[in-house]
Amino acid sequence: MKAGRVFLIFLAGALFGTGLAISGMTDPGRVIGFLDVFGAWDPALLFVMAGAVGVYGLGMLLLRRFQNQNLKLPSTASSPIDRQLVVGAAIFGVGWGLGGFCPGPSLANLGALRIEALVFVPAMAIGMFLAQRFFGADQ
Amino acid sequence: MHEYTLWHALIGGILIGLASLLATALSGKIPGISGMFGRLLVPATPDPPSQGYGTTGKEWRVLFLLGLIGGAALSFLLWDSAALFRPMRPLAVMGVAGFIVGFGTRLGGGCTSGHGVCGVGTAAKDSIAATLIFVVVAMVTVLIYNRAVL
Repeated sequence: MKAGRVFLIFLAGALFGTGLAISGMTDPGRVIGFLDVFGAWDPALLFVMAGAVGVYGLGMLLLRRFQNQNLKLPSTASSPIDRQLVVGAAIFGVGWGLGGFCPGPSLANLGALRIEALVFVPAMAIGMFLAQRFFGADQ
Repeated sequence: MHEYTLWHALIGGILIGLASLLATALSGKIPGISGMFGRLLVPATPDPPSQGYGTTGKEWRVLFLLGLIGGAALSFLLWDSAALFRPMRPLAVMGVAGFIVGFGTRLGGGCTSGHGVCGVGTAAKDSIAATLIFVVVAMVTVLIYNRAVL
């Protein structure tokens, strides 16, 4: 892989991690504050999603117009809404509410060597491995 | 940047959107974090890499995730508001939660980034459904946890 490409994809990751940290999504207190609709509700996550979804959606519309041999974009067509999707999303929801971590923030907190992330991430890897190995979750 | 405001949330979100856009253009894949991490755990990733990003499909994913950790680490050092971390659950609960999140995100084909940001951003019906489901289930889980445990 060329050095320029190595740098650019690393930069994309660094921007993502910076966005997670600036937006406060690496703080489980803020995430659970959003999910706790009957408590002291924290709307921050909604603003994060609005910014991210808006930029990504508009950006993809623009990128589609420049698609060529050097810029191949992935299909964004919907897969069928089947039982695996519904059950998987529901299981993820239970874990997200339990821990206040989704995959991105849990990895970002490795950057501060926080014990919560050091416990969460290996357990997440085991769960992913089992889903992929025994439920064909990567087909 | 010492006092957290909703501007931080919006600006951080915009950065996440830009980063996802850049990763999509570079890799030719939907750059969901659970998919990137999960595909590092299988011997050969079933999806071929594209656009000159290595030969196994693992290289660009490793680089992106290392960048994510590095970018977050730097932000924690630079800004007090970013470094704020309020532990909410005992470590045993975090371990169980991690396992469940890992299993569910791979079974459901995405997490908050792949389904929530990229899928919703491109109006994919499956991602909109998945996002509604995991947000509502997470809210119910917090409600039950608060009633039962706290």
